[in-house]
Amino acid sequence: MTEACLEAGRLDELLQPIVDAHHRDSRLLLQILREVQNALGYLPAVALTAIARAVNLPRARVEGVAGFYSFLHLTPVGRYRVLFSDNITDRMLGSVELMDRFCNRLWIERGKVSEDGLVSVETTSCTGMCDQGPALLVNGLALPRISAERIDRISELIRAQIPLADWPGEYFLVEDNIRRRDALLSVQWPAGEAIRAAIARGAEAMLVEMRLSNLRGRGGAGFTTHIKWESARRAACSGEQPARYVVCNADEGEPGTFKDRVLLNSYADLVFDGMTVAGITIGARNGLLYLRGEYASLLPALQANLMRRRLNGLLGTSLCGQADLAFDIEIHLGAGAYICGEETALLESLEGKRGVPRIRPPFPVSAGYLGQPTVVNNVETLCKAALIAVNGGPWFAGLGTKQSTGTKLLSISGDVERPGIYDYPFGVSVAQVLNDCGAGHAQAVQVSGPSGSCLATHEFSRRIAFEDVPTAGAFMVFGAHRDMFEVARNFAHFFAHESCGFCTPCRVGTALVANCMEKIANGHGSQYDINEIFKIHRLLHAASHCGLGQSACNALFDTLHKFRPAYERRLRSLDFEPAFDLDQALAAARQMTGRDDPAAHFRLGPGTGVEP
Amino acid sequence: MRAQYILVDGLPIPFEEGQTIMQAAMVAEVFIPHLCHHPEFKPQGSCKLCTVKANGRYVSACTMPAKDGMEVENNSPDLNDKRRTMLQMLFVEGNHFCPSCEQSGNCRLQALAYELEMLTPHFNQFYPDRPLDASHPEVLLDFNRCILCELCVRASRDVDGKNVFALSGRGIGKHLIVNAESGRLADTAFSLADKAAHVCPVGVILEKRRGFAIPIGRRRYDLEPIGMQVEGQARRRSGEL
Repeated sequence: MTEACLEAGRLDELLQPIVDAHHRDSRLLLQILREVQNALGYLPAVALTAIARAVNLPRARVEGVAGFYSFLHLTPVGRYRVLFSDNITDRMLGSVELMDRFCNRLWIERGKVSEDGLVSVETTSCTGMCDQGPALLVNGLALPRISAERIDRISELIRAQIPLADWPGEYFLVEDNIRRRDALLSVQWPAGEAIRAAIARGAEAMLVEMRLSNLRGRGGAGFTTHIKWESARRAACSGEQPARYVVCNADEGEPGTFKDRVLLNSYADLVFDGMTVAGITIGARNGLLYLRGEYASLLPALQANLMRRRLNGLLGTSLCGQADLAFDIEIHLGAGAYICGEETALLESLEGKRGVPRIRPPFPVSAGYLGQPTVVNNVETLCKAALIAVNGGPWFAGLGTKQSTGTKLLSISGDVERPGIYDYPFGVSVAQVLNDCGAGHAQAVQVSGPSGSCLATHEFSRRIAFEDVPTAGAFMVFGAHRDMFEVARNFAHFFAHESCGFCTPCRVGTALVANCMEKIANGHGSQYDINEIFKIHRLLHAASHCGLGQSACNALFDTLHKFRPAYERRLRSLDFEPAFDLDQALAAARQMTGRDDPAAHFRLGPGTGVEP
Repeated sequence: MRAQYILVDGLPIPFEEGQTIMQAAMVAEVFIPHLCHHPEFKPQGSCKLCTVKANGRYVSACTMPAKDGMEVENNSPDLNDKRRTMLQMLFVEGNHFCPSCEQSGNCRLQALAYELEMLTPHFNQFYPDRPLDASHPEVLLDFNRCILCELCVRASRDVDGKNVFALSGRGIGKHLIVNAESGRLADTAFSLADKAAHVCPVGVILEKRRGFAIPIGRRRYDLEPIGMQVEGQARRRSGEL
């Protein structure tokens, strides 16, 4: 769609049904922007003006939101928009070479739209397909297991302008790859089992079971779930529309994590049961599930499931036949922003704003969505709550370790024979996991993604548990032949790309660290740059607004300590080295003057007259 | 009920329930460096210059509520070193050339750089490409110097009720925008009488034809360093000076 086609009447015709379907509600701005973009291909300036008018927001505010999310575009993109997943595990499976091959086949350049407007190519942060990478997204739909042959075929399909609906179905087939089942993944209950159990127990008794279970949040921070639930239940609602909310955080963006994808694909009833149990327990009538944009292909099945549950009395008024109970669930789609996995940024995004973490306190349990008491739980946490409703708290507490009860899903990828989802009781050793997944010669494991910790071989006897190695679930294995510097470099760029830019240290610091890593990668680094990285790490840890900034240099810190030779062999000297090449800087002058004699070069070293 | 106090670098400072560390310090005329904070607006805590250590934890003084007996470390080598690094980050992120800037001497960023003895920008410059907006008859916007403090955003939204300014983009690409499809200030409801026209701590929002009415050398922070202006009053009152 070009700007020329967008005369006012035609634009209104396209926009009206979209904004009306969303009741012209400014809180649904992100959903409206997504759908308008689906209709127009991108978000032209005139469309932003029209949307702002329709939802009664200042235009600048709408532009500010549109400019925040990676999957929203203010300038035209290709009719086929191809995004290569750029996690380190994709790179280890050849994604860089595959993207080059794709660009060569189609005669296009990364980051630019082809002249006929047909196609554009970029990279994107981890798409959650690490167990079946390398992966890419075409117009938001995931294609795992990309090979050279498939790249060639996809190029042909795009050149022939075949609609995505007519591409071979197997291209879009996403496997669950469940490799080990334990308490969670062995569940085969009918939908609603946990809801009926929770209703039978009653809200207060359900809270007691939650306390006895000692369930801790599975999103990484490990906060005790019953305290969240209890606080939200006791907190006062306020304002004109007093209410409590349950929010399911399905913005699974931590590179290397894909457990929520599997839960939402094959255990959706357990997730919705868990949300409903939370709703009954805290006294909420509304649940919101925030689904990361990368998982948009899961949406139709999830919506169909919600419809089915409404028909079967598992959602809506008179829940399970109880006249005094009501609960319903809405799904919101994200649009490519890792920061929205942070619970307060997620709430901002749910309210249709830029995904910037809030100042805390107040915490969401007292002032969350729309300022009301809100429980924000991870997908896996809510599944565990459903298990506790049925089996009771003591049963759950009997699994795992004392401080880390229950089981934990690990998303295992990298140099292993059997990548996929593993359900383990907490307390399992890293060595055991490595043995089970067939990691032959691992030199390192990145636990809990780039913001987690990097373990070397001498630490493989450590255990997965909050009291030892805490994790949100990512478990990326690096074989002896891998270059740990490249791992850290990938992570540095990830954080620079995903920083929301709110606070100074994270906004500028992550960009400076990424530049430092490029300088070292290009052979211009020195000890000085390593010291700089440490200095910025300390600052980010101390002064950043949220966990993203505070943990942005963790992986660099770990790898610098444990795999220092990977850095040092790239340094030109262990002392200072200028960031630029003096001789290279003269290249433009040489070209203009047509000279290439020795005197037109600047060389350091003996016999050149310039001592290093 | 007895008065409540926080201890800032050992000095007892009274506060009222609900005040932040910054608000208590401002009333007591104790200087905590800051850029995005302004007593007339809701605190936002983004510049992080006011990072202090409260009971051993790094926090933003402008958003952290004061608590009785809280021990606050403010003017220490560790904190000033971190603040200096963040100032350097702000300098290299934009295009700040003080000698050619008509806000030199009135600029809080420059004043804090002197105050915290920042001698060089230290990091490599980003040299972002940020075109000027001279469309408005009364005011020039020079985005090169924007430090993203959002004071103009808050003033225009909360005081002027016009929402002329907002932020777009993300990460290092975050930038100030104006409320017009054309992207030009002239096409917004902005006027020189707005509060937003007078809150910029650096040299982005500039009144036209006023640039050098007061010559460099006789401007606010030329006369007395920024920290002295806050703390000097307190000392003068107590008869120390």
